[in-house]
Amino acid sequence: MTKRLLALGAVVLTTVALAWAGAESQPKAGGAPKPVIQKAVKGEQCVEPTDYMRRNHMVLLNQHRDRTVIEGVRTKKYSLKECINCHASEKTGSVAAAKEDFCVSCHSYAAVKIDCFDCHSTKPQGSMAMHPLNAETAHYKHKLAAQSARPVSAEEMARVANE
Amino acid sequence: MSELKPMIESRSASPQLESPQRRRFVGAAAAAAGIAIAPGMLLIEVAHGRPEDQPASSAVRWGMLVDSTKCATGCNECVTACSTENGWTPVAESKHPRQAPQWIRKLELQDPLTQMETSLPMMCQHCAEPPCVDVCPTGASFKRADGIVLVNRHTCIGCRYCMMACPYKARSLVHEPLNDTQKPDVPRGIGCVESCTFCVQKVDRGDGNTACAEACTAAGHNALLFGDMNDPESEISKRLRELPTKQVRADLNLNLGVRYHGI
Repeated sequence: MTKRLLALGAVVLTTVALAWAGAESQPKAGGAPKPVIQKAVKGEQCVEPTDYMRRNHMVLLNQHRDRTVIEGVRTKKYSLKECINCHASEKTGSVAAAKEDFCVSCHSYAAVKIDCFDCHSTKPQGSMAMHPLNAETAHYKHKLAAQSARPVSAEEMARVANE
Repeated sequence: MSELKPMIESRSASPQLESPQRRRFVGAAAAAAGIAIAPGMLLIEVAHGRPEDQPASSAVRWGMLVDSTKCATGCNECVTACSTENGWTPVAESKHPRQAPQWIRKLELQDPLTQMETSLPMMCQHCAEPPCVDVCPTGASFKRADGIVLVNRHTCIGCRYCMMACPYKARSLVHEPLNDTQKPDVPRGIGCVESCTFCVQKVDRGDGNTACAEACTAAGHNALLFGDMNDPESEISKRLRELPTKQVRADLNLNLGVRYHGI
């Protein structure tokens, strides 16, 4: 009989303890704060469905990276540069400058350290180029030539240099 | 030129030294097919890059002719243009000039006997047989199909063996974090070796020229000429046929992509 009572007591105590612990942890249910996922500034739909991209973007990026670096294929689909072009935050102009920026937000939540941005720029192309205080404007003629989509002829270059 | 060939053979084949016949044949076959499909289209493609979904082709070999007789002493336009295009800090502005990355540098040479002065830019010579590729322990240093020698920074471990192997001191290691100052087109970062890429981002874009050559032309010197050495009709091939040129350290038999006139 005493044994039974003891067992019952133990069960009751455990239940109460669990319920109390549950009540205590209630305010921060879900653990770490959920990542802020900003909507891409440009574009309606990513190159693949969102669910697929969330799980597999690293595979696509790695495959495209090897084709670009080794073979020189520079298609836009799956290129990191295009990811950045769409997903750079409006506030910081970057995908990894602030805590809420697109890449950093999820990666800090998942505790996966990425080193993409040790080498790659986190900002889209051209966002800083026209800023009057940017030191890059010092070599303006080279800049013009570098950003032109078509070959710049010698005459055109000479004209820019003279102006 | 390091290898002398009988006149008849070199005349019938091409000015190139390495297996030119096969390249020529492949090129000719492709051109014939191209003309059959779309006349005119292929001519442009061969001259100015390729569709962006096509890999770099070994039918092309990018090269540069440096005419040191036109290279102006004291002029640094090519170096400035390279650092602007590729986003490396000019050595003079660097906090650590002795270890600052340097993709291209100007050399002023003087013959001790005659006092003749020569001015020339020195950079990666884009060897056909690159020693840096031979020694790389991870395969990060590689030669692209179109002859451009590059570092795959994703596999580079920063061991600097390639820097030791390069006879031209063309490579540098990035010692300091770059803190997001890179160009979107030119990723580069701490712990990786780097060197001249023949402006591979511009080549792939179809510009058909490098920043240094554009700057040299803009400055009115015309000492640098970039182009496809495999195309007998390209400007560089024509000039190479006419001018006597040298490879630096031709004794090493590396078949360089950069040829110098007037040294």
